[in-house]
Amino acid sequence: MTTLHIDNVSRWFGNVVAVNDVSMTIGPGVTGLLGPNGAGKSTLINMMGGFLAPSTGTVTLDGQTVWRNEQIYRHIGIVPEREAMYDFLTGREFVRANAELHGLGAAEAQRALATVEMEYAQDRKISTYSKGMRQRVKMASALVHQPSVLLLDEPFNGMDPRQRMQLMDLLRAMGAEGRTVLFSSHILEEVEQLAAHIEVVVAGRHAASGDFRKIRRLMTDRPHRYVVRSSDDRALAAALIADPSTAGIEVDVKEGALRIQAVDFGRFTELLPRVAREHGIRLLTVSPSDESLESVFSYLVAA
Amino acid sequence: MFNSTVARLTYRALLGRRRALILFALPALLIVLSALVRALTGADDQTAVNVLGGFALATMVPLIGVIAGTGAIGPEIDDGSVVYLLAKPLKRSTITITKLIVAIGVTVTFSAIPTLIAGFLLNGNSQQIAVAYAVAAAVASVAYSAIFLLLGTVTRHAVVAGLVYALVWESLFGNLVPGARTLSVQQWALALAQKIGADGTITSDVGLPTALVLLAGVTAAATWFAVTKLRSLTLAGEE
Repeated sequence: MTTLHIDNVSRWFGNVVAVNDVSMTIGPGVTGLLGPNGAGKSTLINMMGGFLAPSTGTVTLDGQTVWRNEQIYRHIGIVPEREAMYDFLTGREFVRANAELHGLGAAEAQRALATVEMEYAQDRKISTYSKGMRQRVKMASALVHQPSVLLLDEPFNGMDPRQRMQLMDLLRAMGAEGRTVLFSSHILEEVEQLAAHIEVVVAGRHAASGDFRKIRRLMTDRPHRYVVRSSDDRALAAALIADPSTAGIEVDVKEGALRIQAVDFGRFTELLPRVAREHGIRLLTVSPSDESLESVFSYLVAA
Repeated sequence: MFNSTVARLTYRALLGRRRALILFALPALLIVLSALVRALTGADDQTAVNVLGGFALATMVPLIGVIAGTGAIGPEIDDGSVVYLLAKPLKRSTITITKLIVAIGVTVTFSAIPTLIAGFLLNGNSQQIAVAYAVAAAVASVAYSAIFLLLGTVTRHAVVAGLVYALVWESLFGNLVPGARTLSVQQWALALAQKIGADGTITSDVGLPTALVLLAGVTAAATWFAVTKLRSLTLAGEE
């Protein structure tokens, strides 16, 4: 039980389409579900975890429907994004309760707590835990039954760098054991560090899929936009447009700046300072105007 | 049909919340009130009927039912922690029915038993009044728990909806509109109390057979709906 199939899945809430005709296959290893906030990542993960019915399409785990199938949870472990847990319990009691609900006992609970290195605080109430500690106890609760599929919704939110690295090591190890690990994130660097395979969703659509290097290349090869202010905008514009690394230059008179679209990222970054020096032009500002993740994504969707 | 882990989590959550104070305060108030009435006016059957019928059965039982019934499931659905129960190879009906049993247990403990104690304090169970109202409270506890558990699964405002039902429908409309009394858990329970108590001491607007059928029917229907609701519970995420 290791491969999740999402086939032509759409999900809408009233008039809002949250997920739009997405098909993907999530197999063993670590997969990152990447997308800006509001892209539909949580909706997808909720459908994969059986907490939301697809409006159309099917979500199956090795041929078995996930929705309304309690037995599927023998194979799936879920780490929800929401913070709420049974705060009045201690960490140990919480993980133990989760083990019992799987028909397991104290030994399995203890092993899961050891896996996430939470034994030192296991007898404290969950209400006293930091965000990172909560996250690890949530992990332990999802690992008690050694699931073959682990779904994590934004697991790194609120973690400090050390906790982040620890969790990444744990997820890497689980992926290496042949388990299917899927986690969502809106931060490219997180996904890049952990997942060899990336699924990108933007505005409810499946925008890209594959090796992170391939996706990285798509991101660096896209047209880059810059806002440049200099001592002589028009002279600089005239010199730059002659080079094939620029595709368009607008002289923004009101702002007193140039808006440059570069098609060859590497060549342009080398060209700009050289041209400025040769023409005796002083560069006052060079700033990328669309480095936000959303613009990267919107490019990927178009690609 | 019953899972002890779900039960343990449910009652610890129920009794650990601040709202649980009402669970202790209302019965304590009833018992203190009964002791005072007995000390000031002596044992009197009509007074016992007034206190047990007017305060215990009409107000205390539904209020405790609201707190236990909605509290057994509503907050977990609201804050999302119900995921930890649902993401388990456990029938949703088992989860719902376990929670219902806990809610019934808590409501009976905090309403029927204090009603019995208060009845003995008021008139020493003369005319079977204490037992009659305690049984009525226990039976009403079952129906209220099922109704309010269902409310907890369908609306985020279960406590408000429950209070409106308990106070406005059962108390206010029941007193103003005679027809409304036929559709009142309180009157159904009273029909049973009427049967147990000595002739003429307790009266209900509903016949006993009708009352029993309605009590059983409403409890079963509410439970079934709650199970169905939990089976397709949707967690939409926060996006």
